[in-house]
Amino acid sequence: MVDKTITRAQLSEAVYQEVGLSRNESADLLEAVLGEISSALSRGETVKISSFGSFSVRAKGQRIGRNPKTGEEVPILPRRVLVFRPSQLLKKRINDGLAVADGNGR
Amino acid sequence: MTKSELIARLAEKNPHLYMRDVERIVTTIFDEIADALSRGDRVELRGFGAFSVKKRDARQGRNPRTGEAVSVEGKAVPFFKTGKQLRERLNTDDTDS
Repeated sequence: MVDKTITRAQLSEAVYQEVGLSRNESADLLEAVLGEISSALSRGETVKISSFGSFSVRAKGQRIGRNPKTGEEVPILPRRVLVFRPSQLLKKRINDGLAVADGNGR
Repeated sequence: MTKSELIARLAEKNPHLYMRDVERIVTTIFDEIADALSRGDRVELRGFGAFSVKKRDARQGRNPRTGEAVSVEGKAVPFFKTGKQLRERLNTDDTDS
């Protein structure tokens, strides 16, 4: 089995199939969902999607990094990073799914 | 923000949609992502981020309380890499936007 990459196109197609909206509006709504999540995160909020996982923002302090090529020391400025924690259910679903795929001689 | 707050916010901005449709839209999106990952596929959403599955090999673990050796089975874990645009936004936006 070849691993595929799913993009916005397939997600909005799924929304189109599932809900009685036009393709255009389905794509807009997908964008709106991602937009609302992004806005909440940039306000520093944690976004919890039950049975999927949670996205949270973590503040990192300044530290000294090193350019791996030159060995030169460079300061890494304090910054905010996004952390995704998958729910137990998502982890289980993925492991169950891959066990089936492996059974098929993958 | 929880899933239901996300749904409420979207419903507010899209008054022409029924709340239950907004709910189905949000549920469908996360279901599709989960389905893709459980097939071993990657989900790439430019500007937002990419979900992928990383394989962890089986390893010899240890019960931290008893010190007893236990074998830990190999497993797959979902992973999210933040997209460039969102990563930049996290570091430029004010707390209120």
